[in-house]
Amino acid sequence: MIVAEQKPIKEVWEMVKDYEKVLVIGCKGCVTVCNVGGAKEVGVLASLLRIAANKNGKTMEVGEATLERQCDPEYIEEVRDIIGEYDAVVSIACGVGPQFLSERYPQSRIFPGLNTKFMGGAIEHGVWSERCAGCGTCVVHYFGGLCPIARCSKSLLNGPCGGSSGGKCEISKEVDCIWDLIVRKLMEQGRLDELRQFRPPKDWTTARDGGPRTMIREELVK
Amino acid sequence: MNDFVPQIVAFYCSNCASAAADVAEGLKKELPNNIKIINVPCTGRIEILHLLKAFEKGADGVYVAGCQEDSCRYTSGIIKAKKRVEYVKKLLEELEIEPQRIEVFSMSASRGQEFADTGAKMIERIRSLGPSPART
Repeated sequence: MIVAEQKPIKEVWEMVKDYEKVLVIGCKGCVTVCNVGGAKEVGVLASLLRIAANKNGKTMEVGEATLERQCDPEYIEEVRDIIGEYDAVVSIACGVGPQFLSERYPQSRIFPGLNTKFMGGAIEHGVWSERCAGCGTCVVHYFGGLCPIARCSKSLLNGPCGGSSGGKCEISKEVDCIWDLIVRKLMEQGRLDELRQFRPPKDWTTARDGGPRTMIREELVK
Repeated sequence: MNDFVPQIVAFYCSNCASAAADVAEGLKKELPNNIKIINVPCTGRIEILHLLKAFEKGADGVYVAGCQEDSCRYTSGIIKAKKRVEYVKKLLEELEIEPQRIEVFSMSASRGQEFADTGAKMIERIRSLGPSPART
């Protein structure tokens, strides 16, 4: 999932404090799963804005809506009839949401309520960890199912580097050296020699290095 | 003399704190009526939004009274409640509202005196802070 975190409420308040009618829009996708942008969190942010308005002596009406997803135009349509009633909108989806809303409703003032962090998963309740860097050419099968692009601080494809110590990365004792884990796993599986195979340099044009990306599937295009 | 009467919302676990309330009643130590009690089956059910709503609707203070950590009826309800109260404290601080306006207490079913003392302690604390700045 895409993992995000709530922006400090003070920052969100600064964005919208001069508006009288504010709509908070959540998303039932990834950000609901990581407990930061679903219907519950819409309620929490709306309540915090009302408390902030009361405290600062402002009149603010805060509306609430949660869309099926904010990354599909058909669901962005769900607020078509109400969005015009509001002076400002806070999207608590990943960074896609505020952009899709801005594109569909160019007259509306749209603000991001979240900071989008990474693509990852929950390793325990309340703890998320990065797993994918979206490089566009997945090679995890070369590395025991572990991604050195997302999980090595240097994205090395031929690690470990000299900064690996006791299974930890030199950037922090909290960060595993993924190359230590890759080597250990391949040794356990008796496949360490696979790392010796020659592979041509990775094509980074499929990653962000190639500029903004678009994917077209002709069989689905109407 | 400070004649401010704080409006307080108290969330009570029906397994321990509410039982303590019955004992307190027997001791004729009931809470004053400016503490509005909301009984919940377990404090673990209290969401962040429930706590915020009390402030949004004008409460000057909020507290949660639940089980002891090692004898929670539902194992971890009070631990969850403590974490959520701690989170709301941080949110209040960000809004420049005194975090002391919210608190969580562990109680036992038999401690009627403690039940009454907790209410009095919160009233005194909120009285010294004054009305909530978020009160409309």
